[in-house]
This record gives sequence, C-alpha cells and structure tokens, in this order.
Amino acid sequence: MTLSPANEALAAEIISWFPRPRSALIPLLHLAQEQDGYLTDEAMRRVGELVGATPAEVKGTAGFYEMFRFEPVGTYMINVCTNISCLLWGGEELLHHAAESLGVEVGGTTDDGKFTVEEAECIAACTEAPCLQVNYRYRGRITPDDFDRLVEDLRADRLDIPRHGALSRVRQSIPAERLAGVVPPEQAREAPVWLARNNVEVAG
Amino acid sequence: MDPQVAVNGYIAHAPGYVHNDGPKLITSRFVHDDSFTLARYEATGGYEGLRAALETTPAAVHDEVRAATLLGRGGAGFPAGVKWGFLPPGKHPYYLVVNGDESEPGTYKDRLLMERDPHQLIEGCLIACYALGLQQCFLYVRGEMAVAQERIAAALNEAYEAGYVGRDICGTDFSVDIVMAWGAGAYIVGEETALIESLEGRRGMPRLKPPYFPAAVGLYGQPTIVNNVETLANLPWMMVNGAEAYCRYGSESSPGTRMFAVSGHLRRPGVYEVEHGVTTFRELIYGDNFCQGIRDGHELKMFIPGGGSAPWFFPEHLDLPLEARPVGAAGSMLGSGAIVIMDDTTDAVRAAWRVVKFFARESCGKCTPCREGTTWLEQILRRILDGEGRPSDIDLLLDIGDNISPGPYPVAAHNGQEAVPFPPRQTTICPLGPSAVAPVVSTIRRFRHEYESKITRRDAIPIEVVPVGASQ
Repeated sequence: MTLSPANEALAAEIISWFPRPRSALIPLLHLAQEQDGYLTDEAMRRVGELVGATPAEVKGTAGFYEMFRFEPVGTYMINVCTNISCLLWGGEELLHHAAESLGVEVGGTTDDGKFTVEEAECIAACTEAPCLQVNYRYRGRITPDDFDRLVEDLRADRLDIPRHGALSRVRQSIPAERLAGVVPPEQAREAPVWLARNNVEVAG
Repeated sequence: MDPQVAVNGYIAHAPGYVHNDGPKLITSRFVHDDSFTLARYEATGGYEGLRAALETTPAAVHDEVRAATLLGRGGAGFPAGVKWGFLPPGKHPYYLVVNGDESEPGTYKDRLLMERDPHQLIEGCLIACYALGLQQCFLYVRGEMAVAQERIAAALNEAYEAGYVGRDICGTDFSVDIVMAWGAGAYIVGEETALIESLEGRRGMPRLKPPYFPAAVGLYGQPTIVNNVETLANLPWMMVNGAEAYCRYGSESSPGTRMFAVSGHLRRPGVYEVEHGVTTFRELIYGDNFCQGIRDGHELKMFIPGGGSAPWFFPEHLDLPLEARPVGAAGSMLGSGAIVIMDDTTDAVRAAWRVVKFFARESCGKCTPCREGTTWLEQILRRILDGEGRPSDIDLLLDIGDNISPGPYPVAAHNGQEAVPFPPRQTTICPLGPSAVAPVVSTIRRFRHEYESKITRRDAIPIEVVPVGASQ
C-alpha cells in the first residue's frame, strides 16, 4: 500500500529537516518498511514522489542496502553473526542450529511467517560471541539451548521486540520554535553569526 | 563504583564493557544504568564543555583541539584539528557529518558510546559546530543499531527541549540543528565519501578522489567535516579540562585514551578504555586489569590488531605499544581499535576465508579489481577449505591480491623483509579491496604449510569445533 496519512505527515516533517529532500530517502524507506514489514512498489513510488526521485532510482538505491526487503519476511528477523569473532566461538554452528531447528534454509522464512533466519556480518558485539539480533536487537553468548528458549519466547510474543520493519521506537521531533532553521545550501552562503566572534576582541 | 553492578568488571546494563581502574575520559558514565538520560548527564558534568566553549571564541576552541592532537578514532587516525583546518575559508555553508556507521569486523565502541552516553556525543557535535561555524549536523547511525537510534533520538529530543540544541543555544547567538539519519545495512558507508552519498539519498559508493577530503567538497558539494563518534565524544572532557590536562594521558604523539574492543579466545574479552600510545598489546591481552590472557590451556597463535582490514600480527608483535606509528612500521595499523585474538586451535585458512568473505559480500562493485578480486579470493579460499584446492592456488591468491594492492605488501620485519608501512598502494578508490588482501597475504606468509597441506593432502587440518556459547 501507499503511505498512511500519519506516515505522510511524518514524511513531510522528516523531509523538512534536510537541506535537500532526496536526503530523506533512506529514512522514508525505513518508514515505509515499518508500515508494511517490507517495501511495496506503491510505497516506493510514493516515497520517490516525495523526495524527487524516479521509481527506478528509489529501487536502485534501496537495493544497495541489505536491510530493505522487497518481499515479505518473518515477523522476527533473526540475524546470526558468523564473522571472525563469532566464528571463533561457534557462530557458524549457531547459524546452522537456528536454520535447522526452525526448519528453513539460511535466508528462508518459516511457513507460519513468524521467523526469517539470516547470516549477518559483524554486528558490533564481538566480545559477546556468538551473538545475534532479533529485529536488530541484541542477544549475546547464545547457546543452542538459549536459542531454543528465545524462539519459544518469540513464538509466544513474550519479548519486548517490535515486529520487523520497526527500528527506533523513539522518533526525533523538533519543536518549531526550537528549530534553528534548515535551508538549501544556496540560501546559506553567509558565515553564521557566532563565527564573527573570531573577529572581535573578547571583553575582559 | 557500585560493586554490585560489576561481575569481573562486566556491567549488566552495558554488555561487553569492562570497568577497570584505568582513567575514564569518555566512558565515565557507563557504570550508571541511566547514563543515557539528560538528568544523569547534567548531574555528572554534562554540557559544561559546551558552556566552556561558548565562553571563548570559535578559533580558541579549534586551537585547543589542535593542541590536544586529537587523533581521529575511525580508522585512519588523522588528527581532527588538522582535518578541521582543511575547510576553505568563506565557502559557507559547512556541514558536520557524524560517522556512526560502525561495522568494521571486531569493532564496537561507537555503539556503546551512542547507546550509553548519547548526550556526550551530542555535546561533542555542538562543540565542533561552534568551533568551525558548521551550520547543520547530521548524525548518521548504522541501520542495524536500533537501540542506539532510540537513545540518540530520545537524547536529541531532550536536548532540543532543554535549549542545548537548535535555536539560540544556552541563550547565545549560537544556533545549530542536529538531525539523526540512519543507514540500512552497508559496510562501505563507513567510508566518508560513501557516507555522504548515502546521506544524499543514493547508493553508498565511495567518490572518486581527489579531492581527498570532504572538507573541500562534501555534502551537497559543500565543505563538510566527517568525524567518528568516538573522536567527537572526547571534546566535552577536553573543553572542561583543557588540552594540557588531556595530554597528560597517553603518549606525546597519541594523547588521551582510546577505546579498544578485544574479542576472541580470551579469559575476559571486552571493550576497554585504554591510555593511548603507552599500553602495549601484551598488557592489553594478558594484563590483570584487561583481558587476563588467552583462555585456559591455549596459546596465542595470531591476532588482528586493528579491525578486519588490518594485516595480522603474531606473538612477536606483543610488545608494540598501542600507537599508530610503531604499529604502522611493523606492517599493520591500529585502525578502528578492534583486536581479535586467535589461539592455537584456530585454522588460519578458515579464519582468513571468513574475513575475505565479508569483504566480498560488502564490496560496492564500483571498482573492478575489488568487485571481481574479492569474489575470486573468497571462492578460491573456499575450495581450498573444501579439499578441492589446486597446487597453483597459493600463487593465484597472491596474484589476485597484487592486482588489488600492487607492489610489496606490508609485512612485518619478522619475515626478514623490509617493513612497509600501511596502507599499501591500491588500484581501487577506497581501501576495501586492499583490506581483503590483508588476511590472505598475512596467513600465506606465516602459515603457508597450512595452505599446502590442505591442497596437497586434500583434507583439512581437523578444525576443533568450539562448543557453541562455551563459557568465555
């Protein structure tokens, strides 16, 4: 589907914080993915209209970034790291356990649409090897038993983890009266006022 | 600190971080479970660095940073004060882009700084903007770091509300907006020109050089400073205490402290704040105050001194200090402060293959030697591991490496060859391609017999399968 009215309003706000609308492309694609769980063609077309990019440019850009999905994935995306530090502590074995116990190939989604298992590159928790993320939230030093318990908890929706697509649950918001003001670069050719202090003697 | 929150130095609310009794310039608040809130930040000296900066001139703030020789913490180790000086006068607007796209294998410090102390980073951004007349700041957080995004968004909301960010900051004429942006999964975006492309809403592919520094041509073609999270996080302390006090820590050429993530086969792997330049690898790996040695019953075989891109080191390098110059002279780099320790159970070929696989997957595809070369390196290593290697494969690996990174490869003096400082020459526009060559050449030079036995005997040296999640 296209963007919801609430997301249209959010999109307009996000665009207003960047000197050029195109800079809002990736944040808006995240918004669309949060709405639908993946990127639909309709949402991408709308995002393109909003930031001044063709559908091909939007898809071409989105396709560069691994987190954007063009087809539905599981409610919970499980990314198991197998990079060097995790490899040393059994990351590959954990990935195989994850896929096998859920009955999917690596990269696949369970029939009930609940889980997708992916092999991840270093997710910056190297001392907590082997580690994984569920919808980009960390779990470290995971044994196969830990993994099975995690899956049970997720199946029962017992954990405080939003569904795939939602990243930060806190949105930046800038009160209008606090905004310093964002303008395109060609309208900001003057040195900012405070920099002029370099040219004056400081009193005292 | 409260002893109840620390078990063997680990803190429950900051997994991986080890609180020891060394100096704490940038991780001092990590022991508090609410360290990311404005209330805690203000109660522990928060935004005093900004106030100190606002009481002096922008040029004086820049001078202070220059005097402190604040080395960039992202990987290249370039002095921030010098980088700042590359801004061409009068070509406004200037922008600040914060590189929080931490994804170098083995590295994590920026994530902790963003999750545990976002206000410290925001204050650092403000000080930089004030010093240089930067008109807007974009704080780019790695896409996969949802919690860091939450903490930064919440902190920015608090800081705007409290008058620290936005219009007329702290009641002065200093006004700057800080906007959080976030990525979507691409290692290469950590390269500063690729980061700018991503921030312009495009595929994150590095820009052709020259110009070498975005300070000349950056975001929207305007002069832009790109600084790493940890670099900026040093500024509040520096403004409160002064460059002179800052230089009392660390060595003369590398003052202050630095965060190192030390992972792998260790008794106490962790992220440590370490005095820069004076501590040695040996102290960090074996010292009681740090990692406490290799896991029981095993010995060090090799280690990566500066993240996945760095050429590997061996036991004879342990007494080098954690300082850019001697590490560079020995043929590697300190890079992003990520040290990966491998003990005698580690299969050198398999370890090298995994790092190469990473670079093959993350190559953006812009330069042919990297796009094709990293893929071939990965496939050849894979077939050697699978027992299908060919006698010519070792030379083939070196030849492909030479096409990405021509000339004598940086090797340490232990091989009886002249040490060549990192970085190597490259046929690519960014260092990703040469990074894939590092583990291959490092391991072939040192453990050629491991390659040969896999190729000639067509069977792998038995790999000890580590029990998953075995106690560390």
